[in-house]
Amino acid sequence: MSSEGAMPGARPGLAEAHKVIELGYGGNERFVMNMGPQHPSAHGVFRMILTLEGEIIVGVDPIIGYLHRCHEKLGEALTYVQYPTIASKTDYVAAMTSELTYVLAAERIGQVEVPRRAQYLRVLVAELQRVASHLLWLGTWCLDMGGALGGGATVFLYCFREREMVLDLFEALTGARLLYGFHQVGGTRYDLPEGWTGACRETVDHIDRRIDEYEALLEENAIFKVRTQGVGVISRELAMDVGVAGPLLRGSGIAFDLRRHDPYSSYEEFDFRVPVEAAGDCYARYRVRMQEFRESIRIVHQVLERLPAGPISSRPGVKSVGQVKIPKGETYSRVEGPRGEVGCYLVSDGGTKPYRMKWRGASFSNLAVIGHILPGHKVADAVAILGSVDPVFGEVDR
Amino acid sequence: MNAEQAIRLIQERFGVPATGESPNRLEPLHLLVSVPKERWVEFARFAREELGCRYFSHLTAVDWKAEGFELVCRVENLEAGIGLTVKARIGQDPAPSLTGIYRGADWMERECYDLFGIRFEGHPDLRRILLPQDWEGHPLRKDYAVDTPHPPYR
Repeated sequence: MSSEGAMPGARPGLAEAHKVIELGYGGNERFVMNMGPQHPSAHGVFRMILTLEGEIIVGVDPIIGYLHRCHEKLGEALTYVQYPTIASKTDYVAAMTSELTYVLAAERIGQVEVPRRAQYLRVLVAELQRVASHLLWLGTWCLDMGGALGGGATVFLYCFREREMVLDLFEALTGARLLYGFHQVGGTRYDLPEGWTGACRETVDHIDRRIDEYEALLEENAIFKVRTQGVGVISRELAMDVGVAGPLLRGSGIAFDLRRHDPYSSYEEFDFRVPVEAAGDCYARYRVRMQEFRESIRIVHQVLERLPAGPISSRPGVKSVGQVKIPKGETYSRVEGPRGEVGCYLVSDGGTKPYRMKWRGASFSNLAVIGHILPGHKVADAVAILGSVDPVFGEVDR
Repeated sequence: MNAEQAIRLIQERFGVPATGESPNRLEPLHLLVSVPKERWVEFARFAREELGCRYFSHLTAVDWKAEGFELVCRVENLEAGIGLTVKARIGQDPAPSLTGIYRGADWMERECYDLFGIRFEGHPDLRRILLPQDWEGHPLRKDYAVDTPHPPYR
């Protein structure tokens, strides 16, 4: 399996990861440690074969695929009406994102108009989803880093309490808490129920105040800073070369956000900042996400203020699964999800199903960086770094 | 570097036109180029070094049945906002690997090998990434039925 020397420098640590264990008492003996796939801090099912020298990681072999369902084959077997609901199962903690990516691709090839109200609703749910997803990330990441953060579960429980409020909003809107089926080709499936707008405003304002508390709790904690600052640095070059996206890219000093640089669904009409941090470490990624919370909440307020009246879909309601036909063509649509660029490369042959559909999972590309940044760190840091990457294995394995 | 310069440079060096990404989307910032497979690696190096496309987005393939496989790779120049989708028809042959140019090609090519069975020559560690190592067949090939049985997995 190992092919030492074939491509020097291409996979740092991999050749080491396959080397035979050497035992001794010299202080630099090597041993191989398995982590996962059922490890509590693996954020899903992820396995790493770590080669250690003492407590220092010298080689990493990340193993993924435990949650593989071959979404791309499913996409070829299901119609444009059926698949958006399934798309939400790629990144199941940010289901709105992948649904939107898929319908955007189909709409772009088919030149399907989307009413303005639907475009605004899409922005609204995408930003609420970002808040919910970042809350999940912050809670689980702090849980990973454990006792140093005031008992470990403190921030976790706070975040889940607030995330629950966003999920309640989604439940009122779509009837589902995690996997929504909200988007469809031509618009959205549901409109806001009565009283929802007020509840939404209250919720995001509440979360806005809570974020101040989280920041006070974490950023005045010296141990939190030691565990995150200067740990897991991704350089600008590495970030671009591997193709990481979202908070990882912006945490490495690259100001790139699709909502700003390739706007879709009327994002150009909203006022928000693109937070950037230069350090590239876990702390920088943390800072980027904390600022994104507030920007998302600002966008939510703007949508609610300016939400246009009108229809929510340019197509009739769903009556049969073969109802939507997309002309021949191909496109690549992409959406700035909570974890970065979620892309869908779609090839249509003119039928009711795509000829080929490729997911560019943000988590897949982000996780690919792990083998490059772990070597040199301690085992405990591996947990902090993995958490700061925020992988969702439904999207890594698709 | 802007899109017009990039289009001109590609025409000069490779003699192929760079067009809008799809017939329905003629935007200068999303370019689509087809190159012969012999120049696949050369083009990637050119895109990275001369067009400034240092960001690796993704690499995949399309199975065109009798016409064989087509590689699709997208790289970007984030500063200039140029997205470049490069394609090459490879038939049933192995493909040259881009791992020496973009580190992001590593996992993407492994995925492509896993799901399409395309061998990438020069890849340092070409093994399955999503499916188990002992899986038979490559699911994204058009001749692979959705309900193909696979004991003991299902």
